[in-house]
Amino acid sequence: MRKSTAAIVACASVLVACARHEEATKAVAFPSTYQAMPGQPTLVANATILTGTGERIAQGAVAFKDGRIIAVGENVAAPAGSQTIDAAGKWVTPGLIDVHSHLGVYASPGVAASSDGNEATAPVTAEVWAEHSVWPQDPGFGAALAGGITTLQILPGSANLIGGRSVTLKNVPARTVQAMKFPGAPYGLKMACGENPKRVYGEEKLVAPSTRMGNVAGYRKAFIQAADYKKKLENYEQGGEGDAPVRDLGLETLAGVLSGDILVHMHCYRADEMAQMLDMADEFQFKIVAFHHAVEAYKIADLLAAHGTCAAMWADWWGFKLEAFDAVRENIALVEKAGGCAIVHSDSQNGIQRLNQEAAKAMAAGNRSGIPITREQAIRWLTLNPAKALGIDKQTGSLEAGKMADIVIWDRDPFSVYARVDQVYIDGALVYDRSDPTHQPRSDFLLGLTEGAQP
Amino acid sequence: MRYRTALWLYVLAALAPMYAAAETIAIVGGNVYTVATHGLVEGATVLVRDGKVAAVGSDVEIPPDATRIDAHGKVVTPGLFDPLSYIGIVEISLVEETFDASPSGVRYNAAFDVADAINPRSTLIPINRIEGVTRVLVAPQPPQALQPGQTASPIVGLGAVMHLGGGDDYLVARDVALFAVLDEAGAALAGGSRAGAMLSLEEALQDAEDYRDHRAAFEQRARRDYSLGRLDLDALQPVLAAKTPLVIHADRASDIEAALRVAARHGLRIVISGGTEAWMVAEQLAKAQVPVILDPLQDLPERFEQLGATLENAARLNAAGVTIAFSIGDSHNARNLKQSAGNAVAYGLPWPAALAAITLNPARIFGLDSRLGTLEPGKDADVVVWSGDPLEVTTFADQVVINGHIVPMVSRQTLLRDRYLDLKRPSPPAYH
Repeated sequence: MRKSTAAIVACASVLVACARHEEATKAVAFPSTYQAMPGQPTLVANATILTGTGERIAQGAVAFKDGRIIAVGENVAAPAGSQTIDAAGKWVTPGLIDVHSHLGVYASPGVAASSDGNEATAPVTAEVWAEHSVWPQDPGFGAALAGGITTLQILPGSANLIGGRSVTLKNVPARTVQAMKFPGAPYGLKMACGENPKRVYGEEKLVAPSTRMGNVAGYRKAFIQAADYKKKLENYEQGGEGDAPVRDLGLETLAGVLSGDILVHMHCYRADEMAQMLDMADEFQFKIVAFHHAVEAYKIADLLAAHGTCAAMWADWWGFKLEAFDAVRENIALVEKAGGCAIVHSDSQNGIQRLNQEAAKAMAAGNRSGIPITREQAIRWLTLNPAKALGIDKQTGSLEAGKMADIVIWDRDPFSVYARVDQVYIDGALVYDRSDPTHQPRSDFLLGLTEGAQP
Repeated sequence: MRYRTALWLYVLAALAPMYAAAETIAIVGGNVYTVATHGLVEGATVLVRDGKVAAVGSDVEIPPDATRIDAHGKVVTPGLFDPLSYIGIVEISLVEETFDASPSGVRYNAAFDVADAINPRSTLIPINRIEGVTRVLVAPQPPQALQPGQTASPIVGLGAVMHLGGGDDYLVARDVALFAVLDEAGAALAGGSRAGAMLSLEEALQDAEDYRDHRAAFEQRARRDYSLGRLDLDALQPVLAAKTPLVIHADRASDIEAALRVAARHGLRIVISGGTEAWMVAEQLAKAQVPVILDPLQDLPERFEQLGATLENAARLNAAGVTIAFSIGDSHNARNLKQSAGNAVAYGLPWPAALAAITLNPARIFGLDSRLGTLEPGKDADVVVWSGDPLEVTTFADQVVINGHIVPMVSRQTLLRDRYLDLKRPSPPAYH
């Protein structure tokens, strides 16, 4: 009896392993209740298709059925009983994925009552989970959907060295966050380098860390504890002496990082700091899947490529703080050129609506500076590459048979400022249609707000 | 006189290579959007001489000594004008030593003049000018970090227009507008209520009127005490005379209506900035001939004063006859003004109106349209040659002329880029 309770506790510490080994247990906390909305077999024909795998099909079709893509190509048979959408003159891409969003945790309107993104009461808060802050009625989700976002990672803020677990969501309107959780997506852990933790703690609260060396000491201390916790747990599970360690939510999450089940996303701007973080991760034998913001990624693009660590970047943000002073417009193109994993991210309720335009600016900046980037390459920055960083690239992120039918139809080249999203499909269901108000989800918050305002 | 002119040129040449000579420049063969009555002139030449536009047309004679810029297949427009900028007064937003946009205390408000703090060598200048931004209005921001219990006036100070061409004549016009905030931020400055902010503004205006009408008595200390000091009272006089506009930041429709009322009471010329819900009171704004400076991308209710936010704000205001100009709140990326304008077009604004919103309209709003904003003979020569449609996110400025001088296409960012383009070089980047 005692043992089986402990097994449940142990199970929760390494979620994926748990699901694999003890499927019968109910140990997965806050499970996804996501269910695809109803859809019908569909053929989208005559479109210019950017597949997300680096291919472009000039005049092609995508067929999907039961939530999955059946076929993509120049000649595709319509599935039995399907509707056909003539997309002549239009462009089709995979659903866009934003690897860095605070929708729901810093919801609109941005007042203290809805400020739920930073548990800025201690520099290490590995025990918090972003999903417990997400407000599904944030109007930003619907706005992002109108911009073609089908999947997004909600992260805690960057006040803390270790800010807590992220959650990956399907961008569907829902009453609960559980009903948005991307089924089977691994958890992420948010960490932060540089100015933010030392400002929030050292400057504002007069506690550690107050320096960058204090930051690094903070990460190392946390992972030393996590390694110890993980070892004790494994000893116990293997029938060793003594009791199971007392369950610790924070150490559970960090142990999940050490076992590779939880993916580390790290806010970091400066090249030299990113290099330090790679060494810190090596010391504890875990991997940082992506540096976020990475304004100086271009200075160490070779190092990032060699480590297989993605850089999630803006097209042109700079200068709001010293560690963002050395931005260049070619940052994303230079990471691509070095053979690295380049991602366009938003970190903004506004930017997430126009991630395609951010990619377009970054592509054009590369081309202007003699770094040739095609549209079929650039679309990966906001589809397949973020899917890889989130560990969901087997399910979504490109238009390939067998993958989730997460699809955007654009009224023209999505790399144009004038492009608008015509339709969005998630798991084969039409979730947004620009020409049909009955397919434009609106959050509860937006109802009846302004007398005389048009819907 | 000749000697002094020569000396002046010599000094300027030492300061900036681009001022080496009073140039004659011929921008040849482009599709020229004049933003004037001529509209688009295809395959035209823009002739620039001595800092001014000398001629625009398809049959302009090109002087033999002119520096030629080939613009065939390209688009030529006036330079872009950001009407709400902190270029020159904020270098790095969170590095307080480089932040001069607002006083930390509350002693001065109307007389606080950002022109006295502008750094014309800011890195933001080359970074934005090589992307086609040639003029900005540098505006003050509300006081930062008030102490608990401390209040401040909703009047925040005076703005200046500068050109981004470098040299020592960067200030185009001082005291171009007075700025005030009647939004949530203004309410916070006043101690928590919009009514307090309005009361404070009203008191300042009444005191300035009394000061104007009873100056002699004031000098003899024969008037009641005023809420403002002498310099602030002086700074308000051109506003009371409707010579200088009062730019009032307001997003909520009811705040804009309150601004219209205070303008009517005192006979002020006002401009609304922010204006998220301006479309809801578009007819009143048009009737009162009040322009709006807005961010066309503001489409979420990010604050409670922005519940009516929509991407169609710009199009609806324009359709109602309101003069609109665009600013995006991020001067580090003033270069993205054109992207905002392009999005406004995607949501219903006619393309020519979008171009005017980032060229001519800011000049009109600040009374500088006789000098700036169009490509017409006699105007200050700010000309941009674009690789294509300037509102597109994939086009760039190929060549920029400011005040009649060709701008070198170099910035701190291009220098950093060039240093790191090739990571395989044997010596460290510091040698490149």
